[in-house]
Amino acid sequence: MNTTVLRVGDMNSSNHDPLVAVRGLKKHFAVRSGVFARVHGWIKAVDDVSFDIDVGETLALVGESGCGKTTLGRAVLRLIEPSAGVVTVCGRDIGALNFTQLREFRRKLQIIFQDPYSSLNPRISVGGIVGESIRVHEGASQPEAQRRVDELLERVGLDASFRRRFPHELSGGQRQRVGIARALALGPEFVVCDEAVSALDVSVQAQILNLLSELQRDAGLAYLFISHDLNVVRQIADRVAVMYLGKLVECAGVERVFSTPMHPYTQSLIDANPIPDPSYPPTTTILEGEVPSALNPPTGCPFHTRCPQAMDHCRTTLPLATVTETGHTVACHLYAQS
Amino acid sequence: MGSYLIRNFLQRCVLLIVVSMISHAVILLAPGEPSEVDPSNPRMKPEDIAKIRAAFHLDDPLHVQYVYWMRDMVSGELTSFKDGQPVLPKIWSRFLNSLPLFVCATLIVWTLSFPVGIRAAVTRGSLYDRSTTFIAYGLISIPGFFLSYLFILWIVEGFNVPVIGMATFGMQDAHWLYRGMDQLWHLVIPSVMSALAGVAILSRYVRSQMLEVIGQDYIRTARAKGLDPDSVIYRHALRNALLPFVTMFGLMLPGLIGGSVIIEQIFAWPGIGRLGYDAILARDFPVILTINFIAAALTLAGTFLSDILYAVVDPRIRLQ
Repeated sequence: MNTTVLRVGDMNSSNHDPLVAVRGLKKHFAVRSGVFARVHGWIKAVDDVSFDIDVGETLALVGESGCGKTTLGRAVLRLIEPSAGVVTVCGRDIGALNFTQLREFRRKLQIIFQDPYSSLNPRISVGGIVGESIRVHEGASQPEAQRRVDELLERVGLDASFRRRFPHELSGGQRQRVGIARALALGPEFVVCDEAVSALDVSVQAQILNLLSELQRDAGLAYLFISHDLNVVRQIADRVAVMYLGKLVECAGVERVFSTPMHPYTQSLIDANPIPDPSYPPTTTILEGEVPSALNPPTGCPFHTRCPQAMDHCRTTLPLATVTETGHTVACHLYAQS
Repeated sequence: MGSYLIRNFLQRCVLLIVVSMISHAVILLAPGEPSEVDPSNPRMKPEDIAKIRAAFHLDDPLHVQYVYWMRDMVSGELTSFKDGQPVLPKIWSRFLNSLPLFVCATLIVWTLSFPVGIRAAVTRGSLYDRSTTFIAYGLISIPGFFLSYLFILWIVEGFNVPVIGMATFGMQDAHWLYRGMDQLWHLVIPSVMSALAGVAILSRYVRSQMLEVIGQDYIRTARAKGLDPDSVIYRHALRNALLPFVTMFGLMLPGLIGGSVIIEQIFAWPGIGRLGYDAILARDFPVILTINFIAAALTLAGTFLSDILYAVVDPRIRLQ
């Protein structure tokens, strides 16, 4: 078995090809300075990440701020050009598409952005925002596009009269619904939800999460659900991938990750998630220190500087991903088969 | 909206009167007056000076002079100190001379700056971007009068493009077609020279506005929709980037008057800028004050216009 490929070696994983297959994806940003913009370092925002997502499945991507979640989500859709790696969606290698083909293919790949306040063009009405891609990609006539927009708005729980409004007239939850309607306009198969509910308050979060699950059931969408909120992840995800400093450290089914986290980072992450019950004992293992700079990452395992169980071995050798008997894929020397 | 416009209009009228009072006071209290323009003239005797001062009401208190000026200007009887000609027709005829220069320069500035600036923003960091940046800062830094003289040297030596005045002397009786072509030919260099700095500044401004908008999240949304790059840049980005230029468009109005004093001086263009310049040298108060007053009125009208345009182009703004 190829040990660098992080994917769940799940017993029920079927033989058919996954909808989305990411292999060895990297995105490195050059750090330039000085008059001649000389490159004097690289930030490895996403470093050798691999995973699969099946039809109708939700893979949650968790990790702390700055670990490269958003960059990964955008690189998967080629909204930013990856430095290396292959992303296959519906059997097509996205990296090999030329500009026009990629534009055409975008109808299958959509994204719901984090901030519903800034991701909608303030000068275009809701009808324009949602209907534009229908007109552009399908060449629908004005009344036809309008009818579809009304349907979509209704689908996400907004009245058809919202078509004439502008984004600044809507509340945060309404805007996020517009963002979702926009993403759904062309009937995508794969949607990246980049912190899609983080900017909303809890009651609205629940509504939007229910809406997303409902849409998934009806249309068989696959989600890459990027979040730092473990409670949200627990509610919506089928599988969870944990990211640290540009690398995936653990990946498993959602219940396994929450009940028996294996990687020390996952353990501390789940431990740090407060439980709304005062009778629970307070968190015992709080991580020391800060996330190391991605410009100058530690050698060996990226987590060894903060890991409570770090061994000498961890400081020098990068752990490879292995599949444990419980179905976790984990990159940690503690579980390496000897 | 209607009541907002009326209220705003009345406020601006009051402001215009205050501005006219202050500028009147500043100009009259500044050192120098018509009788002192030629102090070495031996024929100028103290009684003559007293006569001049009396004729121009210069011995009256400031507020009385203001009333005289206002009364004469409104009734159209205001005459120049220098040659006794009525001021308003004088300004009007000079204005008609300046108008083609202003229109040509403005057209050059606004049609050139946008493509240059947008391309620089879209290809940020490219050779094109860096070279236009360099040229733009060069044009902004080199004073227009210096560059104009270099141009005159080069053009008079190398090409046969006229650089003096509005028309060739002695062409008055030619066929109207020849006359028109001749005037157009005379317009070339002055309008290019007065537009150059404007192109440099405005294209930088367009570039920075476009860069700001292109960095916005909704531009990423537009790209994620799979729109073609032209509609991302022109429909989504440019429409948002245009907002500040609407204000600039309104503020262009005062440029109609005294927009290019230096250029008109260099190219001996008998326009309104030169009229004002000569009037200042001659301490010709009625002409200075009236040009000043019209410029103030145009500025206020310009900001009024841009307020209205703002509401037209931005759905988020409602005037009330």
